Amino acid sequence: MRRHFPSSWPALRGALVGLAVTASLGGCAMPEPWVKPYERERLADPVMQIQRDALSAKHLEHVREVREGARGATGVQGGGCGCN
Amino acid sequence: MAAIERLRRALWRVQRALRALGERRGGARALPFAAMAHVLGALGGLLAAGQAQAADLPEDRAELMYHLYDGGGVRASGPAVLVRKSLLGKVSLSAVYYADIVSNASIDVVTTASPYRETRNEFGVVADYAVRDALITLSAARSKEPDYIADTYNLDVTQDVFAGMTSVSLGFTYGSDEVGRKDEGFFDGAKHWRYRLGLTQILTPRWLATANFEVVSDDGYLGNPYRVALVFGAAVPERVPSTRSSRALRVRVIGEVAPGMSVRGAYRYFWDNWDITAHTFDLGLSRRFGEGWLVDVYARAYRQVDSALFYSDNATAETLYVSRNRQLSKFDSNAIGTKATWTWLRVPGRYEVRLSGALEYGKTNFSNFTDLRTGRPYSYNATVAQVFVSADF
Repeated sequence: MRRHFPSSWPALRGALVGLAVTASLGGCAMPEPWVKPYERERLADPVMQIQRDALSAKHLEHVREVREGARGATGVQGGGCGCN
Repeated sequence: MAAIERLRRALWRVQRALRALGERRGGARALPFAAMAHVLGALGGLLAAGQAQAADLPEDRAELMYHLYDGGGVRASGPAVLVRKSLLGKVSLSAVYYADIVSNASIDVVTTASPYRETRNEFGVVADYAVRDALITLSAARSKEPDYIADTYNLDVTQDVFAGMTSVSLGFTYGSDEVGRKDEGFFDGAKHWRYRLGLTQILTPRWLATANFEVVSDDGYLGNPYRVALVFGAAVPERVPSTRSSRALRVRVIGEVAPGMSVRGAYRYFWDNWDITAHTFDLGLSRRFGEGWLVDVYARAYRQVDSALFYSDNATAETLYVSRNRQLSKFDSNAIGTKATWTWLRVPGRYEVRLSGALEYGKTNFSNFTDLRTGRPYSYNATVAQVFVSADF
């Protein structure tokens, strides 16, 4: 016998899928931090610090921003100037 | 907290020295030094673990620098000073002074105006506040030239999450400028808003990745009152839209590939509603030599692949906006650079004084900006140099 689905079937199907996804997420745990604090010694080494010197980074950033069209997302804060 | 951090850093330095001593002795005589280094490493690790949920204030520091840019007929040099001191381990206050003494005989100036000299002075104050595992930074700066004054205010918050494995930062900048001409005084203004989001992730005990996204919006007078555009070969004052909005996304990785040596790579994609698109590539290597030297070498490539919609080398139609600002044109710029730092004085846990020198050499080639003197596409070489002394105390 052919099964007849109610007209609200798409909405019902969406709700069921949503419920299934929510239920499966509930069973998931956040991943554990995989690098323990005592394993981070090498990351504190000065060779791992790209912008060790604030003024040096500020100068290079300024030199680039006043000559190039691109700006931002460099991790260095610059002040404004009328240098264009 | 700052004291713990200072102690941890001091331990790290002593541990490094012991390791170096062990390596120098070699064989069985190296063992006691290696064992002591391990014990100190574990102690440093425990201290780090104890404060994993506390943000660190930046180190107390003083920097004094002389900087120079020389390229394309422009020479800008001057001193810069930074002093930072923490108070009660909770707040760190900094003051910054930066000067640019500019002598300008750039291609624009020699073809359409007269060379000039001027000085730009910038003063800034910064306050960092550590609260639990967040660092809040407030700063303000004023840049002053005879015909341009720019005030900037920044607020940044960095929060460590996921047991210190991830750090999330949010930042906002508001800038307000007064624009003038030397012959008629201040006549207009501009406002700028910057919104940034950053994410730093520890990948492994030796690798870190960072992603940054920044939106910049401007409103007001965004051109240059002295610059001219060419329309049918005739010089006219440039006309630039009064709003601009840009986006930039950068990803960067850095990793220690051998003891005392790291490599890094970064890529930035930039686009804006003036139709400029640009790619930036960075590669670098840092290496320690002995106990006293730290050397960086790097290469940078910048590709501005789309010029602004209203940019024209020599417009052949009358349009609402027109500019011949080569910063908005299509060009490539490549640079290589190096920086060497020598630790001059060091008393572990008390102070350290370093001397540094940096040199960068670059070449810029324009695709659609003509040198009116030769009729060929313009290009120029530039040298950037820095000499500075920095002290942690």
